[in-house]
Amino acid sequence: MSEHIVKSFDDELTQLNAAITHMGDMAKSQFNATLQALRARDSKVAAQVIRDDVEVDALQRDIEARAIRVLALRQPIARDFREVLSALRIDIEFERICDFSANICKRIIALNVHSPDEWVREIGELGALASKQLHDVVDAFNERNQERAITVWACDEQIDDTYTGIYRRLIDYMKSDPQRVPIGAHLMFMSKNIERIGDHVTNIAEQIYYMVTGNILDAPRPKGDKSSLDQVESHA
Amino acid sequence: MTDVHMSNVALITPAPGAPAATASAPKMAARNLDFYYDKFHALKNVSFDIAEKKVTALIGPSGCGKSTLLRIFNRIYSIYPKLRAEGQALLDGDNILDPRYPLNRLRSKVGMVFQKPVPFPMSIYENIAYAIRHYEKLSRSDLDARVEEALHQGALWGEVKDKLKQSALGLSGGQQQRLCIARAVALKPEVILLDEPTSALDPIATGKIEQLIEELKERYTIAIVTHNMQQASRVSDYTAFMYLGELIEFGDTTTIFENPTKKMTEDYITGRYG
Repeated sequence: MSEHIVKSFDDELTQLNAAITHMGDMAKSQFNATLQALRARDSKVAAQVIRDDVEVDALQRDIEARAIRVLALRQPIARDFREVLSALRIDIEFERICDFSANICKRIIALNVHSPDEWVREIGELGALASKQLHDVVDAFNERNQERAITVWACDEQIDDTYTGIYRRLIDYMKSDPQRVPIGAHLMFMSKNIERIGDHVTNIAEQIYYMVTGNILDAPRPKGDKSSLDQVESHA
Repeated sequence: MTDVHMSNVALITPAPGAPAATASAPKMAARNLDFYYDKFHALKNVSFDIAEKKVTALIGPSGCGKSTLLRIFNRIYSIYPKLRAEGQALLDGDNILDPRYPLNRLRSKVGMVFQKPVPFPMSIYENIAYAIRHYEKLSRSDLDARVEEALHQGALWGEVKDKLKQSALGLSGGQQQRLCIARAVALKPEVILLDEPTSALDPIATGKIEQLIEELKERYTIAIVTHNMQQASRVSDYTAFMYLGELIEFGDTTTIFENPTKKMTEDYITGRYG
């Protein structure tokens, strides 16, 4: 896009954009470290992710302050407005992704060596799917690529399907032995957090689509998470 | 001048790209309108609608032809030699550019307010009464009532009701501009053309005029030329963006300011070129 007549307006938008890119990189790095901690049962790495979450929160506040300043002082319209509005929304999504990563890490520390191999593998696979989605959405943002955003948006179904399978198997795992419930509950929350990360990635994809095209992506998204529909047997 | 009914002379054809909301017969319209200041081609094949009882904003950089276009709608150019318009400018389907369309009738139907307030050097009361007397013979009490009504509509009555005999030149700039609007509405026009009506006013006076525009559109069709993007987005229902004499984009104001179709429009409204 051509430059604004007032150069400092361009500078402010460029800096805001760079801050979002940085936030996206932090979200990727926090989530990758989380998956590494999960696979290696590495409490040190997990603890680092939790500590670094403070930095993410600070960056989010900085982005908000920058965006509010542009809104108040420049009164942006059209594409400029969408850029600033999207920055405000996308940074919240990245911040939530980092929160989920930190929460998973707390559970990794709680479980530590007690994480059963099969579940580390299964949740790791779910995490790999979400990680790819997260990488792709950050690229779609940096490239301002609405087609890539739509692809990411549509691919969330795979995460949902995988999560539903894990959910059902975890129920069986816990049912077979009540002693397994404390571990199973942590594993359930870990996998649910990853599934939620996938949802936040799709929110970012929707926002990128709006930012680039000015239109709302309002087609019904394919939803694969069936776990909330599972009927509960009554033992009352 | 003979008052010729022109409706069977000029048939309305929909403007290309006219939004659906104005699909019903527009109050005013330009159809393939060209305008020349002697040899300078100031408007090039402009077609668009001005919807009834809506506010239509004309925006664009200086020299783009927006004021020219506005002025064609009350044929103000016709007092100058070497200026000519081609195509049609329609009011209720009648081509007002046709020399047979009586100027008196046009001026009584289409009022105009300019950038700089131009009160007559006479009392506040006379500023309003003068124009009414030109068109109608009214009793003193009827005239008083009309003056009061016009000043109410101009959102000025409360401020001037106790000093109607004082000179209008003693009013502030914002009050003078509202007086000019009151003077325009006193003739009970159907259309009001506003040519940068707030560019010489402070933000408070500007706010009052914008509030007034919102109230006036209940009764009148309004077209406004403005350099203030925020003003266009605040007060208008439709926006026309012009550049170098051409109508680049016309649509509902929300679309123009949220997601314009043409890159040129977006570059202009976001401050990317002047």
